[in-house]
Amino acid sequence: MSTQPKIQGSATEWAETLDGAPAARKGAPPLPHAKVDPALKMAIEEFLYRQAEILDDKRWDEWLGLFTEDGTYWVPVTEDQTVADGVPNIFYEDLDLMRVRAKRVSHPRAWSQKPPHRTSHVVSNVVVEKHDAKTGDLVVRSKFTMSEFRRDVTRHFAGKYRHELKKTKDGWRIRQQRVDLVNGEGPWEYVLQTWV
Amino acid sequence: MDGNQLGNLERLVEPDRVHRLCYSDQGIFEQEIARIFHKTWIYVGHESQVPKPGDYYTTIVGTQPMIMARGKDGKVNVLYNRCPHRGAMLCSDRSGNTGTTFKCPYHAWRFNLDGSLLKVPVVEQYEGTHFDPKNPLFSMKPAERVDSYRGFVFCALSEDVPDLKTFLGGAASAFDDMCDRAPEGEVEVVPTCFRVIQKSNWKIFLENQLDALHPSVTHESAGRAASEVEKDIEKRTGKKAPLFYHYISAFTEPFYKWDTLHTVGYQNGHCSLEGYMGLRPTDPDTLEYEAVMQKHYGKERTEQILGVNIHHMLIYPCLSVQPPLQQLRAVRPLAADRTLTEIWHFRLKGAPEAIYRRSLAYYQLVNTPSTMINADDLDNFWRCHEGLKTNGGDWVSFHRNAGQDPVQNGITRSITGMSEMPMRHMFTAWTKYMNGGSAR
Repeated sequence: MSTQPKIQGSATEWAETLDGAPAARKGAPPLPHAKVDPALKMAIEEFLYRQAEILDDKRWDEWLGLFTEDGTYWVPVTEDQTVADGVPNIFYEDLDLMRVRAKRVSHPRAWSQKPPHRTSHVVSNVVVEKHDAKTGDLVVRSKFTMSEFRRDVTRHFAGKYRHELKKTKDGWRIRQQRVDLVNGEGPWEYVLQTWV
Repeated sequence: MDGNQLGNLERLVEPDRVHRLCYSDQGIFEQEIARIFHKTWIYVGHESQVPKPGDYYTTIVGTQPMIMARGKDGKVNVLYNRCPHRGAMLCSDRSGNTGTTFKCPYHAWRFNLDGSLLKVPVVEQYEGTHFDPKNPLFSMKPAERVDSYRGFVFCALSEDVPDLKTFLGGAASAFDDMCDRAPEGEVEVVPTCFRVIQKSNWKIFLENQLDALHPSVTHESAGRAASEVEKDIEKRTGKKAPLFYHYISAFTEPFYKWDTLHTVGYQNGHCSLEGYMGLRPTDPDTLEYEAVMQKHYGKERTEQILGVNIHHMLIYPCLSVQPPLQQLRAVRPLAADRTLTEIWHFRLKGAPEAIYRRSLAYYQLVNTPSTMINADDLDNFWRCHEGLKTNGGDWVSFHRNAGQDPVQNGITRSITGMSEMPMRHMFTAWTKYMNGGSAR
């Protein structure tokens, strides 16, 4: 026979008397996924590898040439951001602003480029989100890691890419490159001088 | 050198030069925390960061983790982020809403939003002990002093301070200028805060803010690049390039233009850089905004408000404010060679969206982690700190226009735009604090 314990209550009772029962956490909704021909998938992957290579090689004119005339480069502050315009972002640049950035790092008196930084990107986990069979336009998600070395310090960045690609007669052009950094909300030990 | 040798302070700060140890010595840094950051008013945050009861925001004041929280009664409280039981940090997120109580995850102690103890579990086991729920030692400790000016919340971790308004003195105009530019007389924070760590002493940042010779040197590359693209846009479209190009291309102005600015030194080390950038263009957005301002304030008062041109106001030792562009950087020193800055911007309540976009564009170009401007500033701060650690020389020179700073009614005005008066002025306050003096 058990006797009634002298000390009443439990941690759960204690918390829920004051706060009420907690709402269950919702999982994220599933992301769209389009099945495409393996040859197309390979071509997309090659395009993504090439954009990363161009960045690492600092071929800035070629990089700017990857974008459509109305193309944008966007690094939001948080993953749940759906709009870039009119709110703060880590990056949000049209082609003209991208030209300013390319010109600055190439200037002989860009003091913080002494010595220049180096980067190495690895792109993987490529998933086609949407394929418009009529226009050939695509939305593609992928993951990347980037190591950056500058003046004896190596930094690591990782995250997701989301490319909106427009099919043109010269191949795909980027209408938007969205980059979600896993560590974008932490304190920044120095800034990013060029694109991720 | 350790802090006990502060008797030598007068040998470290001279009227026109300062010994490098003031920047590089960790012992002196610890004394700065004790004698300055824990002894005077320090900026915590803006009231609009915690709009609803239970909303909180965490930061550091000196070395102390603090919580700014909106109480049930609407009052903004500033509390040490520590459970009085076993010391656990209570709020571990940067911000959020804690409901009606602060809760300790270790032993479930509960506190009201003003920090007072609400209840502890198994309270009967404290019978016959010195535990007393009414004794403040068993509640969260509030900051010694809390006050706000036009929505900007400060706290002091010492009782020995004048009231906030007196402390701010003439520098209060930074907040007046920012808020008055809002047709409704108030600003609202944009909740994104970028935090950037500077690998340098906190004073190097403050000194840079009012240094009118550095922009055209440090930012030449950004200025030239923006100016080329600005011209290209105008040629291509036949229209003026967006105003923010001018913010950067203005860095290419020759030295004599920078010298037309002026700097002002107020009490307690506060100081400002004034007259810069021509922020009263005559585009349709500006004209629409001016019309809204006139509706609220009348023509004469509107002219008065928009005529103020404070580029940077430093609230010594913790804040750099840019009122016309609604930006603010709070300085949180971490070590002699590490400084965290919290970077915010604000909306002018009642102003057209286009005016917010102007503030946002500046924030985006100058204050985000992709800034092309601070990329070179941060690099210079690091270079300075590296150099000041070496035996390559003992002194930092503040000789430009030294001995030529006229003081009138307690306010110092530089005789040239590029005078190093602000640096000398801040060190006067520094010396006073470090010798045990208080703000007045």
